[in-house]
Amino acid sequence: MNKFLRQMLPFGSLVLIICVLSALRPDSFLTIDNFLNVFRRSSMYGIIAIGMTSVIISAGIDLSVGSMMALCGMLGAAVMVGVGGADPHGMSLIAGTVAGVIAGTGCGFLNGLLITKLRLQPFIVTLGTMSFFRGIALVMKDGQPINVPSYKYLSEGALLHIPVSIIIFAVIIIAAGFILKYTRLGRYTYAIGSNREAAFHAGVNVDRNLVCIYTFTGFLVGIAAMIATSRTISAQPTAGLGAELDIIAAVVIGGASLAGGQGTVTGTIIGTFLISFLRNGCTLLGISTNAQLIVIGMIIVLAVAVDQLARAKTRTS
Amino acid sequence: MSTSTKSNYDRSAAALRMRRISKSFGPVQALSDVSFTVQAGTVHALVGENGAGKSTLVKILAGVYKPDSGSIEIAGSVHTFDNPNQALAAGVSMIYQDLDLAEHLTAAENVFLGNELPGKLPFTVDYKAMVQKTAELAESFNFKIAPTAVVAELATGDCQVVEIVKALARKASIIVMDEPTSSLSESEVDRLFEVVRNLRRKGIAVVYISHRLEEIVDLADDVTVLRDGRVVHCESVTKLDIPHIVRYMVGRELTEFFPSRSVKLGNVRVRVDNMSSANRISNISFEIRAGEIVGVAGLVGAGRTEVARAIFGIDKKTSGAILLDNQELSIDSPSDAISCGIALLTEDRKRTGLCLGLPCAWNVTLPSLEMLGMKRVINPARENKIADALARRLSIKWQGPQAPGDSLSGGNQQKLLVARWLLAEAKFMIFDEPTRGIDVGAKKEVYLLLNNLAGQGKAILFISSELPELFGITDRILVMRRGRLVANLKTTETTQEEVMHLAAVEQNR
Ligand SMILES: Nc1ncnc2c1ncn2[C@@H]1O[C@H](COP(=O)(O)OP(=O)(O)OP(=O)(O)O)[C@@H](O)[C@H]1O
Ligand SMILES: [Mg+2]
Repeated sequence: MNKFLRQMLPFGSLVLIICVLSALRPDSFLTIDNFLNVFRRSSMYGIIAIGMTSVIISAGIDLSVGSMMALCGMLGAAVMVGVGGADPHGMSLIAGTVAGVIAGTGCGFLNGLLITKLRLQPFIVTLGTMSFFRGIALVMKDGQPINVPSYKYLSEGALLHIPVSIIIFAVIIIAAGFILKYTRLGRYTYAIGSNREAAFHAGVNVDRNLVCIYTFTGFLVGIAAMIATSRTISAQPTAGLGAELDIIAAVVIGGASLAGGQGTVTGTIIGTFLISFLRNGCTLLGISTNAQLIVIGMIIVLAVAVDQLARAKTRTS
Repeated sequence: MSTSTKSNYDRSAAALRMRRISKSFGPVQALSDVSFTVQAGTVHALVGENGAGKSTLVKILAGVYKPDSGSIEIAGSVHTFDNPNQALAAGVSMIYQDLDLAEHLTAAENVFLGNELPGKLPFTVDYKAMVQKTAELAESFNFKIAPTAVVAELATGDCQVVEIVKALARKASIIVMDEPTSSLSESEVDRLFEVVRNLRRKGIAVVYISHRLEEIVDLADDVTVLRDGRVVHCESVTKLDIPHIVRYMVGRELTEFFPSRSVKLGNVRVRVDNMSSANRISNISFEIRAGEIVGVAGLVGAGRTEVARAIFGIDKKTSGAILLDNQELSIDSPSDAISCGIALLTEDRKRTGLCLGLPCAWNVTLPSLEMLGMKRVINPARENKIADALARRLSIKWQGPQAPGDSLSGGNQQKLLVARWLLAEAKFMIFDEPTRGIDVGAKKEVYLLLNNLAGQGKAILFISSELPELFGITDRILVMRRGRLVANLKTTETTQEEVMHLAAVEQNR
């Protein structure tokens, strides 16, 4: 019962935020456009947050996702422009999209290799690659964005009136939820996070699984990067600056533990929407993006504190 | 034993009175109406089957759990503890089985951790005084420890002594020990007993939990037996013997502890040839036949666990070969070993055994998913059913297959590990101290199980620090000393004295 309440807490807060905003700004908040907007933003960050969930369950962390997102976008757009000229169309857009996703997969693979082969802390490795990826993204065009004016499908396209990005998000949610719950890779992820040593002694190939997890995350970052590129019809070398904050926060608010072994896709989705609505609400209430940082920071600490408290209660009562 | 080694302290003063304590975890009634009184200057043993509620009772005393009802009275005044610090302040210190010392600090720093003696300047500590105080305290209780030694370099037994001195530095009047001897060598156990007797002489009340009943008859003054969360008996030890205690614990007579070995040995199943590893062991050779149980004896640090680690691919082998059914194996990791048909139940269930935060069923199936046909897709319903069947077979007490591992009592966690490797269906099974922390009834079950596994033609390597069980269950005993195999004896043709002598002899040369 108590455990159930604890799991419902993020969801309850989400509902609360929506209610409060509906009351405060009924005209601007409760519109289809605004909700679609929030959903689009959520799908972009949510896709990465799902990868981050698996990383955090394995007791790791990936600080490089924001920079990786910029790099993937830049590389993808560069391929588009390289193949199709100043205003690429058709096949060159597809080629660039694939290139961006492959770039993400490669970046994630690199993270995984460094963490397992050099036996370094994920925190240190991804702190390094965070700077490294961002650096490449900035150097590529000397800090200038790459414009791809016709790259609109991922942001504006729709199937049966549902935005493509939201469909992609839904597919990834289902796939990742299945992997975590019903496959050995998912099971081993939990085992490694809960007790790495014990997992190893039970025959889990810890290194190979970790590489898979970070590569998977990179793959998802690649997809999110292309959606972001499409949203702004240009690749920005400063894209995703500070995104790791929102993403890690979403995962932790969703009930994952940085100590590993805990976390669910459902929780992460709720956490992602919570942060998106929060940001959206702040904007509608006229709070500047700079001041939003203050709010987000407080919410993170509050959410984790409440969770810890609830957890301690379940233990002793 | 003579009664003169027992307490002669004034028995009228009760150091601790716990009255009518009840505690439940969700639907599980861990304790009901337990009253427990300990006199100052006595050792009071707490015994009972796995899951009887021993650890829960002492955790309530130490302020880790809050009781649902009941009261705690220490030296005549009533206390309620919201956290362990309050219990510490009231004079209750707990020595946990997995000690919680700061490994990189010295003994003296640990003794005064969180309680440092202030130096002359503000925000400084007087390290010299702490070293001196530690030495004095240890001296006054006749303990031998080096205050300046770094804890990471101390043996487990020494760490326990540091914990005890730490308790004394906080003026503990009640010291609780939950299975303190389960990871100690024989000589360390003897020393711990000396330490406990000294504590008793100084008027400290000791609560002592153990599954080794010989220890209790040897050491304790009184014994309280718990069964299913209730006190079933409380008496002075002098009036009891082991069979009596066992009868109170399990509620029936327990006969023929060890199963009779009548397995027909088959061909050689396992051959280890001249194996050396980077971790202490060198030139190990032995054979195990199908259906044979081979024991490994030796002192702590003799390299018994390291042999298992080398075979299982945890430590790198520097030379030698392992043959299973005449086929040479190349094993570089536990996953290689498992797919070759080898199982290893490790000795340290917390560190290398279980994922305590995860559901029990997940822990059981972890190495066997592929074998169970769940290589691609896991079927949770089937998984739960498999785990449930094993739990019934080993009489594991749990709240269901999805309960997290850490909601089980220590002994039941150990049984969970046994269940895991039983499921793995290996041809060659290595058990490293499999009976650690499990009760007499469950021990008997494990022996029976080993016997059955051998009957199915498996080769079994059984590492144990308890000679009686080695002699009760094995066909042959390997004796190790300083990383080498020094003897390979038929169990029926040797004695415990001979094995002990072989394991220790070198030190006298
Ligand atoms: N944190 C917890 N959550 C749920 N159930 C618990 C928890 N701790 C203990 N229990 C249950 O309470 C009962 C008593 O457990 P306890 O640990 O006190 O047993 P014990 O006598 O110490 O056994 P052992 O000899 O195996 O260590 C068991 O059934 C156990 O599963
Ligand atoms: Mg216990």
